[in-house]
Formats: sequence, structure tokens, C-alpha cells
Amino acid sequence: MSDTATKAKPVTMLQAINTAIADAMEADETVLVLGEDVADPEDGGVVGVTKGLSTRFGDHRVRSTPIAEQAIIGAAIGASLVGYKPVAEIMLMNFTTVAMDMIVNHAAKLRYMSGGQTNVPIVIRTMTGTGFGSGGQHCDYLEAWFAHTAGMKVVAPSNPADAYGLMRAAIDDPDPVLIIENLPIYWVPGEPPETGHVVPLGKAKVVKEGTDVTIVSYSRIINEALAAVEEMEAAGVSAEIIDLRTISPWDKETVFASVAKTGRCLIAHEAVTQFGVGAEIAATLQSQFFGKLKAPIARLGAPYAPVPFSKPLESAYAPGAKQIAEKAISLTK
Amino acid sequence: MTSNYAPDGATQLEIYKRVALLKANDERSRKVIMTGRLVMPYYSYRGQEVIPAAMATALTDDDYWVTIYRGIHDMLAKGMPLNDLWAEVAGRVDGTCKGKGGPMHLTYPKKGIMVTTGIVGSSMPIANGIAWGSQLSGNRRVAVATFGDGATNIGAFHESLNLAAVWKLPVIFLCQNNLYGEHTTYEKATSAKRIADRAIAYDIPGVRVNGNDPIEMFAAAREAVERARAGEGPTLIEAMTFRFNGHVFGDADAYMDKEQKKAAMEADPVPIFRARLIAEGIASEEQLSAIEADIEKRIDDAVEFALASPFPELDELTKDVYAEGVAA
Repeated sequence: MSDTATKAKPVTMLQAINTAIADAMEADETVLVLGEDVADPEDGGVVGVTKGLSTRFGDHRVRSTPIAEQAIIGAAIGASLVGYKPVAEIMLMNFTTVAMDMIVNHAAKLRYMSGGQTNVPIVIRTMTGTGFGSGGQHCDYLEAWFAHTAGMKVVAPSNPADAYGLMRAAIDDPDPVLIIENLPIYWVPGEPPETGHVVPLGKAKVVKEGTDVTIVSYSRIINEALAAVEEMEAAGVSAEIIDLRTISPWDKETVFASVAKTGRCLIAHEAVTQFGVGAEIAATLQSQFFGKLKAPIARLGAPYAPVPFSKPLESAYAPGAKQIAEKAISLTK
Repeated sequence: MTSNYAPDGATQLEIYKRVALLKANDERSRKVIMTGRLVMPYYSYRGQEVIPAAMATALTDDDYWVTIYRGIHDMLAKGMPLNDLWAEVAGRVDGTCKGKGGPMHLTYPKKGIMVTTGIVGSSMPIANGIAWGSQLSGNRRVAVATFGDGATNIGAFHESLNLAAVWKLPVIFLCQNNLYGEHTTYEKATSAKRIADRAIAYDIPGVRVNGNDPIEMFAAAREAVERARAGEGPTLIEAMTFRFNGHVFGDADAYMDKEQKKAAMEADPVPIFRARLIAEGIASEEQLSAIEADIEKRIDDAVEFALASPFPELDELTKDVYAEGVAA
């Protein structure tokens, strides 16, 4: 962090998301915010992501809702059909289950089922992630369900600048975008985004170049992969780390280019490994690189179990830096 | 009965034109399926025509409507063109959704038909959002959500009425109570004696009307529209009716009470309405016959148009998933 003294003051992901929504609302009066507790009389969200927006833009554009997820997503869909760009907050990712009909049967499909006559330019923000002892119903990573749903775009930023840029892109996108925000890294400072900075959806980022093994990840687990670099380098393994940023549609081009170079790939995510995003990427890579790989494609994710409460169990749930390093090193043996 | 809102003669004739169109279209749909010219899932609305005909007559083209799988009567009443409709249910490229939606997902934004859902209860949360848009822009457009009695037992109904009430949205919840939810009777599935009473829990007006009576139905619709336009919030209308056929075309409807069905069909609202228009001098027999003959001709043309229209090219399979047509 020593070089940040010469740069602008670091911001947290929480601040970056707040600023992104505020900048979008300033630029476009059709941008709306709705969700449980999102307006300032209710503290601007349960952890304050939308703080200040209702005061600045009015409670007609920033509306706290009942605890009623179908009603929230339904209202967002309806408003989007008549020219608005709602940013709907579903407080926690597990609560999307209550609104699955609205998301999967309606938001994702209306463009297709109407033959392109209508579209649903909504953003669904939701937070999740292990680490706070929330147990089995408050911190799941359910991205595979949505990535499996034709018509949904799924985004998961790992740092403040990307969170800003992806949020701006998502709000401007003509189709429904789910943004998965990791709760434990909300308060981690990072480089600030430039105003108006847009990260195009579907574009991954090589966050560290390397030659021996490609590590594909997203959201908080990128930080674990970066934390694994020292141990990997000590073992003489040069890892290239790719932050997918958008899970669907995913950036095959960037991942293919890296795996073509390294011949090895490890996919790491916080979601349960079985039937997860890693499975899709692994299957695509083996089709593309069969016979050219130097090691089997590896996956690291959560075990086939719900998230436990007890601290040692919870800490062992998602893959950490040590496991990532060990697995990546093992691929080179 | 609020006579202030009763339709005059000319309005009644407008309602009848819609009723006649809906009835003829349902009869033709079943005939076309039975003769094997078209294959589609078909949810007959025969017996329920007066409800959307009166509701649509109380609206303008700019108002919105979100309907359900048993909703072709709603769409035709709201103004979906016959050619677009028939080509769509035939799965042809000239259909309103290029053949990709089918009878359960007909959409026609030009007349405010924004969504047709195949999911019970899901018309209401979306209609709320459309109404929120009207409220934000101040354009005074009303959103109507139609659904059946069965949908009032699903969570979406309750979430929607509550949100519409607390946000005072310009939305009308129009329940077509045909006494059956799929195969199950109203009494077996629904705790409330009257669906209209469920409005009490949300502190909004709830009214039960004879949905087969065009005067009563129009008056309720008109009053709800005026409330919505005046910013006074949502209304729940429970329109009593009866479904003359089974849940879906081809079901044997053995679960329906035969006496009840016989009595309902003997009280078919369409010929009763027709006879009354003539008896009261609102229209002549010749006038109505001419209207009906014209409808038959228009349906003939639409069916032929649909069957002559090509199927979509196979590249349509992955178009319209996203704006740019890319599949992930």
C-alpha cells in the first residue's frame, strides 16, 4: 500500500458501489433503487450500501420496500418494462430463492418469450459470503443457478474499482444483471475508481501474469489466490491469476489465451464444487485443450455441505490461500 | 351498485363487440385444434368473456395489462390484432413474438399488453412495477393484472396487494373467479368466503361483482380505473364467472360438477347480453348479426394468414436471449 500515498485516497467496495449507483442516478433519472431498508430513514441498507441516496435523489426514486422479495423483483421488472432502470437489492443471496420465479421465469425470459418486443434492464444486487458466522441460510454462493439460466448475466466483483465499473456497466446494460457482492470484503480498501469508469460485462482481468498454471477465480477468492502467490513462488511455480469478474457470459478468450500458455488450470470459488461454475469452465477447457494439457484441470470449492456455523468448520468451508497454493503446486509435479 | 359508473348504450355496444369477438375466437380456436390444423396448449375462456370486455372498454389503449395463460380473451379485448395472435399461437414468424412465446406468452406492448405469464400469481408483482412507472412519470396510465381465483392462494398475490397498498399504486387486481383452480374447486382450496374480502387485510377496496353482467362489471371497472387515475391506489375486483370447459383443452373435466356446469352454460352471458341489447333498443338484430359476421370473416382471414406464415428460421433459437443475440 506504500504507493497509494501518491494516488487518490483508497475507498472500500461498499463506498465504490454507493458511488457507482449515485453517479448512475445523477447521469440518468430513470435509474431507481428499491429493496429492504435501502432508503435513509431505514439507514440506507442493512450495512449502508445505499446510504445517502434517498436524501440526495428523493424517496420516490429510492424506496424501501416490505420484506417481500417477489414483490421487489416484480416491481423492478414492471418498472423496467416501461422505461426505468431499477437497481433492486435482495439483501442476501439466499433470499433470492424467495424471488426465483420472478428472476428465472420472468426477468431472464421476457425478452426471448416476447420475441424481442420487451426487455428487462434491471440490476439485482445481493450480498453473501462466509466469514461472519451466519450459518446455513445467509451466506451461500448460488451463482451457478443463475449462470445456468439463459438470459441472466451474473457478475461478482473482487475489488472497489471493479465493483464501481461493473455496477455502471450493469445499470446501463439492456438485460437483467445479478451482482454478487461479497460481504466480508465490503470494508477492504482498494484503489479508487475514476468517475464514469466502466468495466465491460463479459471481460475478465489478468490480475497477475505467470507461466506455469492458470488460476481462474472471482469475488473474494481472488484475494486468497493472490495470498497464495508467495507460497507458490517459493515452490518455483509461476501462477497466472484471472479474475473472471463476469461469471456469465464468461470471458473464454482471456481464459483460453492463458491456458494455451500455461497448459494447466485451477478454478477456485466459494460455492460448492459439485455442479458449480468450475465444472462448466473445466468442461469447456478440456474440450478446447484435450491432449495439450500438462495436468488435469483442477477445481477447488466448498464441500458438498451447507455452510456451518461453528468457526473452525466455517473457516474450513471455502478454499483458502494454503489450499490454492498446494493444489496449484501439485499440478506442476 | 354505483349507477354513476353504469355504461350508456353506446358503451354497452362497445362491450358487446368485444364479447362477440372473444366468444367467436374461443369457438374457432377449439375447432381449429380439434380438426388438427393447429397443435397448442389451449386454455379455453368460454363463459368468461364479459369480464375483460368490460374492463378493456373502461381503459384506453395507453393503459397496461398483464395477463396469464388463460388470457387470450384479455389480450383480444385489449386490442391485440387477430393476425398477430393467430400467427403466434401457430408458432409462425409473423406472430407477435415471432412464434417464440406461444399462447402462454403473448405480448403486444403497442396496446399495453406487456406480459403474459404461465405462472399462477405472477401477473401481479409485475403489474405493480408497471404501475410504479406510471406513478413516477405521472402519466396517469393504469395497470391491470388479471388472474384466477386459484392465484389468490399463492404468496405473490399477498405480497402484491400489500405493496400496491403501501405505495398507493395505480393498479387494478382483477380476479376472474371461475370457481376452479385447475381441477380443484374453490371451496376445497380457498379459506375466504369471498376473494373480495381479502382486500380488507390490505386496507384497499375489494368488490365482488357478477362478472357475467356487463353493466355491473363495467361499473366496477370504471370506478377502479378512476380511483387509480386519481392517485387513490389499487382496487381488488372479484368478478364471478364460470369456465365452460376444462382447465386445458383435452382434459375430460370429470372433476366439474355436471349440474353446476349445465346451469352455468344455460345462463351463458353472451346470448343474454345480446338479447338484452336488442330488447332495450340499443342495437338491432341485423346490426349485431353484421358485427358477428364481420368477426367470423376477420377470424377466417387471421387463421389463413397464420397458417400461410412461415415458421421461424432456426437461427431464431438463440436470438433474443440478450440484446445482442449472443449466447453465453
